[in-house]
Amino acid sequence: MKKGNELFKQKLAVINIGLPSFAESIEDQGGEVVHVDWRPPAGGDPEIIDLLEKLEKFSDRIDLANDEAVRRMTGAQPVLTGLGRAGDVIPGMGERMILHAGSPVDWDSMCGPVKGAVIGALLYEGWAEDREAAERLAASGEITYSPCHHHSAVGPMAGVVSPSMYVFVVENRAGENRAYCTINEGLGKVLRFGAFSDDVIERLKWMEKVLAPSLAEAIRVSGGIDIRDLTARALMMGDECHNRNVAATSLFIRTIIPCLLETKLGKGVIADVIGFISGNDHFFLNLSMAACKVSTDTIAGMDNCSIVSVMARNGTDIGIRLAGTGDRWYTAPAGMPKGLYFPGYSEADANPDLGDSTVSEIAGIGAMAMAAAPAIVKFTGGTPGDAVKNTLEMYEICQGEHSHYQIPVLDFRGTPVGVDIRKIVDKGISPFINTGIAHKNPGIGQVGAGILHAPMEIFVEALKAFAQTLK
Amino acid sequence: MIANFILENRYYDSVCLMQVASKLKEEDGLKEAAAMMGTDANKKLMEEIGLLNDDGRAAGPNDLIIAIDGSDEVVVESALGKAKELLEERKSEAGLDVEVVPRSLDAALEREPEANMVVISVPGQYARREAGKALNRGLHVMLFSDNVSVEDEILLKKLALEKDLLMMGPDCGTAIVNGVALGFANVVGRGPIGIAGASGTGIQEISSIIARHGLGITQAIGTGGRDLKEKVGGLMMEKALRDLDGDPDTELIVLVSKPPAEEVVKKLMGIIKGCCKKVIVCFLGGDMELMKKEGIIATDTLEEAALMAVSVIRGEKYEKSNFTCSLSDAGKIAEAEYSRLGEGQKYIRGIFSGGTLCDEARLVLKEMVGDIYSNLAKEDRLKLEDVWKSRKNCLVDMGDDEFTRGVPHPMIDSTMRNKRIVQEAEDAGVGIIFLDVVLGYGAHPDIAGALLPAIEKAGKVAEDAGRYISFVASICGTPGDPQDYNEQKRKLEEAGVVLMDTNAQAARMAAAIITRGKTLKK
Repeated sequence: MKKGNELFKQKLAVINIGLPSFAESIEDQGGEVVHVDWRPPAGGDPEIIDLLEKLEKFSDRIDLANDEAVRRMTGAQPVLTGLGRAGDVIPGMGERMILHAGSPVDWDSMCGPVKGAVIGALLYEGWAEDREAAERLAASGEITYSPCHHHSAVGPMAGVVSPSMYVFVVENRAGENRAYCTINEGLGKVLRFGAFSDDVIERLKWMEKVLAPSLAEAIRVSGGIDIRDLTARALMMGDECHNRNVAATSLFIRTIIPCLLETKLGKGVIADVIGFISGNDHFFLNLSMAACKVSTDTIAGMDNCSIVSVMARNGTDIGIRLAGTGDRWYTAPAGMPKGLYFPGYSEADANPDLGDSTVSEIAGIGAMAMAAAPAIVKFTGGTPGDAVKNTLEMYEICQGEHSHYQIPVLDFRGTPVGVDIRKIVDKGISPFINTGIAHKNPGIGQVGAGILHAPMEIFVEALKAFAQTLK
Repeated sequence: MIANFILENRYYDSVCLMQVASKLKEEDGLKEAAAMMGTDANKKLMEEIGLLNDDGRAAGPNDLIIAIDGSDEVVVESALGKAKELLEERKSEAGLDVEVVPRSLDAALEREPEANMVVISVPGQYARREAGKALNRGLHVMLFSDNVSVEDEILLKKLALEKDLLMMGPDCGTAIVNGVALGFANVVGRGPIGIAGASGTGIQEISSIIARHGLGITQAIGTGGRDLKEKVGGLMMEKALRDLDGDPDTELIVLVSKPPAEEVVKKLMGIIKGCCKKVIVCFLGGDMELMKKEGIIATDTLEEAALMAVSVIRGEKYEKSNFTCSLSDAGKIAEAEYSRLGEGQKYIRGIFSGGTLCDEARLVLKEMVGDIYSNLAKEDRLKLEDVWKSRKNCLVDMGDDEFTRGVPHPMIDSTMRNKRIVQEAEDAGVGIIFLDVVLGYGAHPDIAGALLPAIEKAGKVAEDAGRYISFVASICGTPGDPQDYNEQKRKLEEAGVVLMDTNAQAARMAAAIITRGKTLKK
């Protein structure tokens, strides 16, 4: 039988693209109809539409690669296996090198908070005596700056890592790669938000001398802590594991306490360590970021893959890398978050969007999992319903759904994962970002938190380059 | 002045408190405000910006501190009141009952995996891509959009045929599939007649007449107006015919279109002759003799195609008739009208919203009153030089592109049409204003009501000049249409409009009136 005839035997179910009144008419008749909120693709840019159409001819192979990418990312099993001195464990980390968040940037172009964090790191390493000396050294060309992402590492906000800092080592038990991230210092005046006062440096020293060795010992005792498992459970408890880590941090404390008690560490030290972690709802963030990095690194350089493998901001620019185009960065000026500010500060004080923590969104948590964390939407004055909407919108630009990270309110649907630039550009929906907000001047620290969309132009640029590489 | 208020043992989420503080800061006269739980870290922060006093310092970690720096006591008090109000504000149940409208075909497909038809009405330059996507996903398409190139149309239709799918359009305004009206279509019950049409109002008129005669249709498949042109070559009409021929519920097929290209006629005749089912063809203005010679049942009006189909299904002999009512009744109606016309009132002016209805009227009138000027005329000498000005006997299709640039179609909004109606009444040579009134989904919810002011004003304009204007119209619609057919009819009749059963009959009545009864025949 012919298909035309088959249709005549089926119940008509319509998708309506365009005039809403046509959908209403069908509804009035009791017919099945789903209306599409259609907008011109790529903002109506004919050149980009042409490009999208050309890519459609390669859909099969791109989808194949993208499906594999989602399998790899969701199949990764990130396990915290220890801590190490950055200079010793991070691949390619030189002794006079400082890592930072985002895409490559030189001293002159760095934003205030990154400069502040670099100054702090130079003071912390003892390479400079005071701020002035540190600034001279920083600008002298003696220091090599390199993005964390070039070294399997990530860092929240300024993301500054210097050789003596201790970093978490997260291994992919389902693969062979590792990722690294510093230990979270807490909120307010901290290095990652560009503060470098004495108390900031003192805290870093304590973290190096006391916290890191103690945690390393406890992690050794634990035999490895499954970060994917903690993340999955935290999503059930109201975290999205980027801007809200209360549940995950609590779960981590619950896991680490018995291990700490099994070590030979003194009671006082253990109390200090637990006290430090308990006093910082965001302690888990750096673990989560390393876990996300382990997962997203599995797709770097995959042929024909249109999924974003890296999205990061250095406070001057936002940059992405695409799996299918390997190491190449696509950058644009970083945006300004919309959010809430601490007392004494306002939007006028804010630095543009900053940090590697958007690795969360690329790995399928953070803003992608907003529906799991309704408390977060308050940052934009939204409602829990808006949180659900945010996540549902993100499914529109993702290749797949996460097999481990689920959202209770969406009937345990997997979080959207595998951000596909074809869909971003076509639909004009760019990924949401949840973020902290740093003061624009060095030395001050965090002034608020908020959300924003990544700028469309980097995805367009990436799409153009991607089209050249199809095999 | 700095003031701290402590709400003991009250916990609020920090984000919630930040929101309260940010709203407080909008108050006049307020320098700074904070709402924070009294933890050491928070107290330190407030201390640093000079917001803390001894009251605040004494607060514990489970206490809420509202710290305000205001110009005077009144400001501080009012801010405190506002803070409390914000904290106690009853939250609406911003529930999780979220409706998210899909942004793409694929997202919609996730919602409705059983979907089998995509109706597309996006701007023309984007239409091909959306239609292509739908076809590639194995879905039938009705493409309402126009401004799609003929090359793209061919490409889409060939793709559809490869996948054995319907590709209705571009520029397909009307279809009824499995009983569901799509686009501009009337409510027509299910029955044994299948319609394949390259014209929207053609399908509407035929299906409505069938419905008003108590029968129904299986499907009405639109092909888009260009399908039967030489370039496209009737690709979709051929598929529609074959599909209807293969459909066990369809007993008879009605094919409606403007006259196709010669090559296409030949091709279609071959297919029609190969059909197992009877096919009634209505190529408005086409070469009837050629069709008849080939043994194909051809009709010259939409009305005839519909009535012939009804007769065939009922097993009755089709008898051609100019009016549903008796000839003498028709004569009386005509006389009542022409007796009020002045000698100089010699012309009919048709102001149409449906292109095919305008065409049908033009063909009928041509036989009876001679030359008809129109924006649709094929002969150059009869084409309107200025579509905004009528000439002699003249019918304009106001749904044509020239009239709809930047304004809604006259079936949806009668503003332009209303102006034209009044304009015609100002012409002393005009005796009749001839209208179509199209109901159904997509059309104005009360089109008769929308036309009435113009009908009244036109009557008044004529009356003031010592003339009478005769209004003749028909309703293209069914009692099932959302507009309420009988109510529409009542409104028009009360306004003195001579309402005929079909558009063709309205044309004949207009001819009878304007010729003072000379063209009246059975």
